[in-house]
Amino acid sequence: MSNAVVEMKNIRKVFPGGVVANDKVDLTIEKGEIHALLGENGAGKSTLMNILTGLYRQDDGELFVDGQKIEGKYGPKEAIAKGIGMVHQNFRLVKPFTVSENMALGTKDKFLYDGKIIESKIEEISKKFQLQISPKAKIWQLSIGEQQRVEIIKMLYRGAQILIMDEPTAVLTPNEVKGLFDILKAMTKEGISIIFITHKMHEVLSYADRITVLRGGFAIKTLNAKDTNDRELADLMVGRQLDAKRMIADDVPLGEVVLKLSDVRAMNDKGLLALDNVSFEIRGGEILGIAGVAGNGQKELSEVITGLRKVTAGKIMFKNDDITKESVQKIIDRNVAFIPEDRHGMGLANNLPATDNAILKSYRNKRCGGILMNKKVVDEITQKMVDDFEIKIPNIHCNVKLMSGGNLQKLILARETFDNPELIIAVYPVRGLDVGAIDYVHQKLAEERKKGKAVLLISEDLEEIYKMTDRVAVLYEGKVMGIVKTQEASINDLGLMMAGAKGSEA
Amino acid sequence: MIKVEKRLETPKYLLILTPIVSVLVALMFSAILLLVTGEDAARAMNTIFGGSLINWQEVLVNSVTLMILSIGVAVAFKMVVWNIGAAGQMMIGMICAAGVALFAPIALRDSIFLIPIMAVAAVIGGGLWALISGGAKAIWNVNEVITSLLLNYVALYILQFLVFGPWKGVTSSGFPQTDPFPAAAKIPAIFETGRLHYGLFVALAIIIIFYFLLNKSRWGYEIRVIGEGRNVARYGGMSLSKNIIIAMFISGGLAGLAGAIHVSALEGRLSPHMNTDIGYTAIIVVWLSRLHPLVIGIVSVFMGALLFAETNLPAAGIPSEIAKLLQGSILFFVIAGDFFSRYKVKYVKE
Amino acid sequence: MNGLNIFQDLLASAVAMGTPILFTALGEIITEKSGVQNLGLEGMMYIGAITAFLSGLALTATGMPALTAMILVIIFAALAGSLIALLHAYVCLSLRANQIVSGLALAIFGTGLSYYLGKVFITDATAILNDRLTRFHFADGIDIPFVGQLLRAFLNQDLLVYLAYIMVFVVWFFIYKTQRGLNLRAIGENPGAADAVGVNVKLSRYIYVMIGGAFAGVGGSALIISASSVGQWGQGMIAGRGWIAIALVIFARWNPKLVIWGAYLFGIAMALESRAQIYGWFDNIFILKMIPYIVTILVLLVTFIFSKQKDIGEPESLSKPYDREER
Repeated sequence: MSNAVVEMKNIRKVFPGGVVANDKVDLTIEKGEIHALLGENGAGKSTLMNILTGLYRQDDGELFVDGQKIEGKYGPKEAIAKGIGMVHQNFRLVKPFTVSENMALGTKDKFLYDGKIIESKIEEISKKFQLQISPKAKIWQLSIGEQQRVEIIKMLYRGAQILIMDEPTAVLTPNEVKGLFDILKAMTKEGISIIFITHKMHEVLSYADRITVLRGGFAIKTLNAKDTNDRELADLMVGRQLDAKRMIADDVPLGEVVLKLSDVRAMNDKGLLALDNVSFEIRGGEILGIAGVAGNGQKELSEVITGLRKVTAGKIMFKNDDITKESVQKIIDRNVAFIPEDRHGMGLANNLPATDNAILKSYRNKRCGGILMNKKVVDEITQKMVDDFEIKIPNIHCNVKLMSGGNLQKLILARETFDNPELIIAVYPVRGLDVGAIDYVHQKLAEERKKGKAVLLISEDLEEIYKMTDRVAVLYEGKVMGIVKTQEASINDLGLMMAGAKGSEA
Repeated sequence: MIKVEKRLETPKYLLILTPIVSVLVALMFSAILLLVTGEDAARAMNTIFGGSLINWQEVLVNSVTLMILSIGVAVAFKMVVWNIGAAGQMMIGMICAAGVALFAPIALRDSIFLIPIMAVAAVIGGGLWALISGGAKAIWNVNEVITSLLLNYVALYILQFLVFGPWKGVTSSGFPQTDPFPAAAKIPAIFETGRLHYGLFVALAIIIIFYFLLNKSRWGYEIRVIGEGRNVARYGGMSLSKNIIIAMFISGGLAGLAGAIHVSALEGRLSPHMNTDIGYTAIIVVWLSRLHPLVIGIVSVFMGALLFAETNLPAAGIPSEIAKLLQGSILFFVIAGDFFSRYKVKYVKE
Repeated sequence: MNGLNIFQDLLASAVAMGTPILFTALGEIITEKSGVQNLGLEGMMYIGAITAFLSGLALTATGMPALTAMILVIIFAALAGSLIALLHAYVCLSLRANQIVSGLALAIFGTGLSYYLGKVFITDATAILNDRLTRFHFADGIDIPFVGQLLRAFLNQDLLVYLAYIMVFVVWFFIYKTQRGLNLRAIGENPGAADAVGVNVKLSRYIYVMIGGAFAGVGGSALIISASSVGQWGQGMIAGRGWIAIALVIFARWNPKLVIWGAYLFGIAMALESRAQIYGWFDNIFILKMIPYIVTILVLLVTFIFSKQKDIGEPESLSKPYDREER
């Protein structure tokens, strides 16, 4: 193992609150390889890499870089000095700054900011690896894929020899993914080692040299990509067989049209067009999936339907009523459930007890009391939700911030389905959940469908789309690129539509 | 190595203990400062506390104002709307109440309805005054800290303008003050001697009413959720701007009421004497009480003693400014002390 | 007096009146650009003023040249301001308290402390600091109508006013042209990004909060030692200038080059109080005194109404605590 550039031995990291993120983890990275860290959400991949980059400090274990043991002060600065750079999932870029300014960030040995020198160096790196970035562009003007390349340039600019990519493909279209790995491959030829974090098996098999699988904070095994297959990886990753079987039965009769959008347009927070003549309908007993790379209008779509965002043109019908201009309150009263993307900031009030959170949608209802709230009824409602959905919580008067992600989502689900909604809008409902919780959420949504309810499921995961939906619409830059029957759709077609190719209508 | 960890849940006893310890530390800090600057610290503390016990009626007179002001401030703070303009809103309340008392039609001058009408005018006046910043916040998201604070100065000069100018009394023999109010405009004292008045019961009633409103009512629920996060509230179908406007009106209205009670029970006329820092004192009360209405009642008594001491200290030869300094340091130590209720400090062996 | 001379007098007075606010607002720009809001400007200005008054009396009593004494006074006021700002930095950055409440606490505490120090150390309530800054006349010989008056309004001023001109440029240059300024803006916009490349976010914020305090201290001292002041300490003397400075920062969209015009605009509003009476324009003192506050509120309203939604130029992470391991 003369070529090892990084060795991590017996790493342990515990977070406040006692969450063990890593335990007894060993990892070896060799020079010039593409090494994948494979694992589900919460397997401890990001934490392990944050230790390597000096952002976190391990509670136990040893770290070697280029054969030298890391001792004493080791922060991001020291990690950079050792040639370790990480491209995080949320890019660490200053949005109002130009590309060059972002490169210069952190430099302390110079008094004046000198754009010229930096610009020429960026152009040099950009040419060498075909990155095609203009140094004078402001970050907020760049697409997500371009911003990712800026992050890569930033690391190379700082002389990174070990480049860590955290879920680099989550925000990319299939085509962009290929481009990214071409760039990374070119970099390994120059002796740079790449570590990339992912939970997608096919990427690992197509692009990695070696793979380390993590599960529940432990490093399970390291294998060569050519000696393994998806079946083995899946077993290692989830510790059980993965079934990509459809979870919904095909025998549910379609009901009336519950939701119908006609040529709906809306702006995003920056005042730019986010939804461009979106039209579709959902019937009772049907789950319509919305696929697409995140940031293509999904959030805005969920918000116009629930009344949180103004519609600038077009019409939204709920059953036979026009709800285009209705307030959030009115739409809630129409029994429309909404499972938002942002559980902490929107779906729940963290510092309030479960009881307060359980009645967020129904506190105006007479059963909760008049001017003064009926505490007994509120407690009963909450207790029923906790019992029915097997929510783990010390007691119903505890603040919800004490609960785990899965239990939080169960609480939202319990609240949103409590009054038998006609329509459920679910935005990335399983993001960040563990396997058990994912199954649970999917089962509940399938149940609602079976009861004849309409469900809109916004997802970034094609596997989820395949398992859970009757039809799927692909959003790209605010436009619906096509709506197809899920069982007739090929991954290829969907991928093309996600990248902006026009599809068919079904 | 010392390690800081965020607490997931704060034990009840810490919630009570940290403010008390913080106040004690602030007292110690002030005592040390007195000693260092060559003042008689023991005597100062004795005057602050001993003097307050003897003059308990005067202390409670201050507390009445503080209770009502602080409840108002707490309503706004619960929604994370920073109303720093309680003093100005109180002055507008004083002006409105005085206007009613001075210019009421003859039929009303001896009526038992005079005081209620003064109170209503003051509530509306103070409420509308607060709505200047509240409305700007609700509609254009204008920073309410600055607008509500600067309006204090505007209110002060309106008050001075009136008592030095158009409202100056014919019987005031040159002093900048209005004529005395009619007898029916005076809230009577409770006891034969002393100034403690029936406004105390109004204050206590307000505390109890707002305890139920904030902690038990549907409106209190909305306020709680909005205070937790704007997005959650919108998601729950609550109107932010409507609630900001309502809360700011109530907040200012209560301050106006405190002003009406002040002129009616104590001054009997409008004069330019005004503790313009009383809005700050109310904020300190609210923060010490962790926004809890019933606790506000208790803390108001303590801070009322401190306000009284400010007038009483010079007689004992001690600079009254120490009382102001003490208030400031209490707030500092309280928010610093809060660290220990939010974080655990652990000693970890390397 | 003819119209042009009145114009010169009013403008010169506005520049002098605007200078304390200008210093304070410049400091707050630096502090807020680093992502920390300090609402305690009023308290820091009080500390600067009392420090200037006490040290001014003591230093001029030693018989040293007045200008030397005043330069020392400015340094002391800056030090005092930064020390009191350290309290805010410690409470907000190390103890992670709410920045708004800590700022209020600083305003109350600074005011209280300066009142107390003023009471204890000033035995003679009528004491006046007689040896103050004097005006340097750089534009006396220029006789071109209007241009002459305009130049005299700006260039027949005292040391602090000239220092303010220089500081506007220095602060602007530092923030937008230097490497450290780049890092400063980054920690106010996206501290995570700066931290990831080795900028010490907490230490930087400590430093910039203290620099902001130093500016506010100098701003407060200007009310004591400037040529146009009366050289007397008094409770209530800052009279909301600290809060006006905060409004000014918003009005100027955190840009030092804009803040100078805002400061002189408020200077005019304040100068009107005395000038309107002198020239017989208007004589109700109470209404004149209200003007600066009303102007500030109106300016703030206009700033918010006419700026695009959410985009008033505020640093993205303003008053948000940064904690690397927060999950």
